[in-house]
Amino acid sequence: MPNFDKEYFNIGYLDALSYKQTFIHEINPGIKLVVTLVFILIVVSFSKYEIHRLMPYFVFPVFLISAGEIPAWVILKKIFVVSPFVLFAGMFNPVLDTTIVYTISGIPVSGGWISYASIIIKFILTISSALLLIATTSFPGICFALDKLRVPKIFVMQLLFIYRYLFVLAEEAMRIVRARNMRAFGKHGRDIKTYINIIGTFLIRSIERSERIYHAICSRGFDGQIRLLRDINLKFTDIIFALISVSVFIILRMYDIAELIGDAVLKF
Amino acid sequence: MSHHIIEFNDVHFTYPDGTYALKGLDFRITHGESVGVVGANGAGKSTLISHMNGYLLPAKGTITIGDMQLNKSTINHARKTVGVVFQNPDDQLFMPTVFDDVAFGPLNLGMTKERVIERVNEALTTVGCLNLKDKPPHHLSMGQKRAVTIAAVIAMQPDILVMDEPAASLDPRSRRQLINLLKEFRHTKIIASHDLDLILDVCKRCLVISDGKVTADGRTDEILLNETLLEENNLELPLSLQHK
Repeated sequence: MPNFDKEYFNIGYLDALSYKQTFIHEINPGIKLVVTLVFILIVVSFSKYEIHRLMPYFVFPVFLISAGEIPAWVILKKIFVVSPFVLFAGMFNPVLDTTIVYTISGIPVSGGWISYASIIIKFILTISSALLLIATTSFPGICFALDKLRVPKIFVMQLLFIYRYLFVLAEEAMRIVRARNMRAFGKHGRDIKTYINIIGTFLIRSIERSERIYHAICSRGFDGQIRLLRDINLKFTDIIFALISVSVFIILRMYDIAELIGDAVLKF
Repeated sequence: MSHHIIEFNDVHFTYPDGTYALKGLDFRITHGESVGVVGANGAGKSTLISHMNGYLLPAKGTITIGDMQLNKSTINHARKTVGVVFQNPDDQLFMPTVFDDVAFGPLNLGMTKERVIERVNEALTTVGCLNLKDKPPHHLSMGQKRAVTIAAVIAMQPDILVMDEPAASLDPRSRRQLINLLKEFRHTKIIASHDLDLILDVCKRCLVISDGKVTADGRTDEILLNETLLEENNLELPLSLQHK
């Protein structure tokens, strides 16, 4: 399959996952959103040397992956794709902070390496939980939750439109690229000049489409406000999920579970 | 009932790029009529449709919908009265799920929640798509998308239903279902299409548009049998009549 087509189906994959029906998928989107936000805030709140305290938090993404029946490789791949940003962001930590904090079997470990590791771990935890939120919740669901949480309508509307037209535009682009490939032989037709033309065509088509969409919206009485009709009922399981996960996060924040277990094991 | 009338009186329109699209359109469509609009590519059909609910306003001439003349202040009335189904369903289905899309119009009309839900269910049942309620539009087939766009428009209960190429890119069976559905509607119907057989099936009256003007207006079964007239307008006899 040509590259572009592959990428297109890739976008759809995360979306398709969100239509599964598991216990995790059924949880109220608002609850999931809030729990994920709490998780991210708590993970970020640890100081830069406390990597051992972060480890227990992997319970949350792992739980979502297994209970939500999400293939782990999908999430790992996506994390890998965005990782360069973080890898570069902390790159100089080991050089700037050279105080020795640990010695592991004779090898001194500087504070810089620890803080670098903590950045990476925090990144993996936060990104994976955000990705899992998307993979286990339908995108409109998240938008309605945001709406309920009083996020300004204009942002919610933008997100709804992006979601709706991402697939349409990707298909449009796929058609243009296919049309080019059909008539491009070898190098000819694949140069930068053609690219510029393709981007131009794509832009004009998108603008024309947006005009038609606007026309359609106006035809149905749009007055600048999108009204969403959605009852968000809280189920018993939603509340249980929220209570358990948030209290686990808080307990892990208050007590150093890794150390407690270590002490307990050493005592015996 | 006078509010189901739509009347164009010497309507002219020029696009900003200088294309002179409508050059004095004149016609009157009355309550309960089903009218087909045919014509060559670029004859002005789509421009005509854009005028029907005030997306474009005439540069010269008047459009009357019901008792009201169409202008900036009566646009909302026109949009409530005239429901337009566009050529490309992807342009029209802009909400994330089928339900939200069909509910969009009724919600904007300020109906109560219960009423909106009722209307949406009714409209989706009419087009046979109630089971698609929670699906996102990009998971639907072309025929389903088309049916949903029609539901989205009839949920607003317009007096006049306007369609631009309703059968485009439908497979023969979906097309047949659409024709049967259209025949059931009691609305005033205006259908622009190149599918002359569909027009022959659904519409009693037919307008031929050429170069921004109405060149023929009369009974469908007479106009679509007039070979010279059709050929002058880049059209040909409907397939169903070709081998008779």
